[in-house]
Amino acid sequence: MKKQITTVAFKDTQEQRAKLDALIEKYKNEKGPMMPILQGAQDIYGYLPIEVQRYISIQTEVPLSEIYGIASFYSQFLLNPKGQYAVSVCLGTACYVKGSGLLMEKLTEVLGIKNGEITPDKKFSLDATRCIGACGLAPVITVNEDVYGRLEPKDIPDIIAKY
Amino acid sequence: MNTVNVKINGREYAVPANSTILEAARYAGIEIPTLCYLKDINAIGACRLCLVEVKGARGLVTACVYPVNEGMEIFTNTPKVKAARKTNIELVLSAHEKKCLSCIRSTNCELQKYANEFGADESRFSGRNTKEAIDDSTVFLVRDNNKCILCRRCVAACNKLQGIGVIGANNRGFDTNIACAFEKNLSDTSCISCGQCIVACPVGALYEKDDTQKVLDAIADPTKHVAICAAPSVRATIGECFGYEPGTDVEGKMVAAMKRLGFDGVYDMNFTADLTIVEEANEFIGRVQNGGKLPMITSCSPGWIKYCEHYFPEFTDNLSTCKSPQQMFGALYKTYFAKKMGLDPKDIVFVSAIPCTAKKFEVTRPGQSVEDGIPGVDIAITTRELARMISGAGIDFTKMPDEEFDKPIEIGSGAGVIFGATGGVMEAALRTAAETILNKPLEKLEFDDVRGTESIKRATYKLGDLEVKVAVASGTANAKKLLKAVQSGEEKVDFIEIMGCPGGCVNGGGQPVQPASVRNNVNLVELRSKVLYDADSKEEIRKSHENPIVKMVYEEFLGEPNSHVAHEILHTHYVKRGL
Repeated sequence: MKKQITTVAFKDTQEQRAKLDALIEKYKNEKGPMMPILQGAQDIYGYLPIEVQRYISIQTEVPLSEIYGIASFYSQFLLNPKGQYAVSVCLGTACYVKGSGLLMEKLTEVLGIKNGEITPDKKFSLDATRCIGACGLAPVITVNEDVYGRLEPKDIPDIIAKY
Repeated sequence: MNTVNVKINGREYAVPANSTILEAARYAGIEIPTLCYLKDINAIGACRLCLVEVKGARGLVTACVYPVNEGMEIFTNTPKVKAARKTNIELVLSAHEKKCLSCIRSTNCELQKYANEFGADESRFSGRNTKEAIDDSTVFLVRDNNKCILCRRCVAACNKLQGIGVIGANNRGFDTNIACAFEKNLSDTSCISCGQCIVACPVGALYEKDDTQKVLDAIADPTKHVAICAAPSVRATIGECFGYEPGTDVEGKMVAAMKRLGFDGVYDMNFTADLTIVEEANEFIGRVQNGGKLPMITSCSPGWIKYCEHYFPEFTDNLSTCKSPQQMFGALYKTYFAKKMGLDPKDIVFVSAIPCTAKKFEVTRPGQSVEDGIPGVDIAITTRELARMISGAGIDFTKMPDEEFDKPIEIGSGAGVIFGATGGVMEAALRTAAETILNKPLEKLEFDDVRGTESIKRATYKLGDLEVKVAVASGTANAKKLLKAVQSGEEKVDFIEIMGCPGGCVNGGGQPVQPASVRNNVNLVELRSKVLYDADSKEEIRKSHENPIVKMVYEEFLGEPNSHVAHEILHTHYVKRGL
């Protein structure tokens, strides 16, 4: 699937920008600098919006198209911000046969957002993930570090209400 | 030269030690098929068409990236190789929109050629195919990714050849698509409209925005006076669309064919190339004498102009304010000549035939119109579009007699015709500037140091007491190198010529598309430029300021070079675009 691109407005702080500058300075003269720079930038901002990628492009003189090519190639690079609570639904084989697809549908309904999106108040984001290694609990969702297993769609509203 | 001994298809050859199998095979007279390979800029082993067998190697290897070594035994034509290449073509075809009959590249498509040669079955594999949106956001180019084969030749042309990089491969696997960052429209990027991606594309995924119907409609409208002028380099290349070898001068046939299309006037843009030179040479002298902004940089390549505005906005004051020859022509045609011919400028449709996609953008720029609502040039068509119009009208180009441009604008000097090659504008300007400063005829008209296909050329000339340092760059990657050196103070120059495309207009993005098999083996820039330099050497009038029509226009209309009227009609301004 092609990566979805966020429509949420970008904001950064002076502190974040200073960290990004230091990061670029550290790697820009090394061979193959883009992976560590993008990884570091994602640690700073949580995702890699166009504003951050363009800034990196100008500072490193690497074309934006090349940077975006890398960012859109690797699934670990995020183009969408995560919510305060990142909800992940495991769509690995075991969870899927146990009905995690239905959990995804229910979450879409309850949160009002689709896979890869974030709620307007930035409280929740929703993502499908590959197997997270908790097949014994299938079907599984996680909310940040909290793991919820053996779920049915009717359990979803109560879980979301906790946050 | 260090060589190694290899065996190709059982025969022994000594080939250069650092060559790839592809190069070694060529040395032995064998052309291995490729789709993604482009010499110097794209050797990535992606299309898997150049597969060959190497004795002892595991599986087949890609000839375009595999180096030869001593004693290597290579087989380029075994049943196994041929079967693999055929399957790979069929796999490429499985994800290719096979609307071949109506495709703009039909009969000139590299995929079609190989599919045919290998007897590939276009429907052997079928499966899910995503319908990709067509990007026609700009006025000069269309990208149809449904036909894209992901060879990345356009990406290499943009990034490596031109040093720009507004397109790249997005996403991965089956979803990979060539597009701008964040899937933006091309019109929202700092694309300079040079069209080098189009002439690099092996298939019909990239093409100029076709404006031929607009021209045909105008010709069919009896209330319109439709005139066309041909840029210097079009006569050196359009023959290629009709089966002539690259480097054939077909000026006479081209003129004859244009006349048979039904234009009311068929003119030579060399005339306004001359006019540009007179304006530009005098602008340069003025800047030198009055302490104006130096180095002055030429302004006739609209791809270069857009590049400067995006990437070097601090240099926009260095640009000559002269409009490009096509815009000068349109402006003058709709004022001075219209009055002379008793025409209302509102009834004139002025068309230019140009080697360039950026000129399609240029005609839409503010500051290029004659007056409000009346553009200088109405429609700019590329060499390829002109060729399509000629074929579409049933005109047999090869059977055309040699005819001459229409009066009253039939004369261009030798200085005007070399405009189409890198260094040509500089040489033309130097001829005029030198004679203006020295006030006597030059003994030798050739400025050899600025000729040739090198990417950056430099020379110093003594014009009377004045020492002029000049530099010439073509291709924006080279322009970038030169400008950075000027910026840092490492390079001191007074006058710079920059053309957006490598080698100048003869290699423009609107020129006939030559397949990689030609591009990789033939120096197109050299062959095509030679047509222009030969034409110059045969001309009686070889200096722009001696063109009698130029003289007449100054006497009857403009007054002096850089006069108030000239500034109103022939000069323009620029914007700072940034990235």
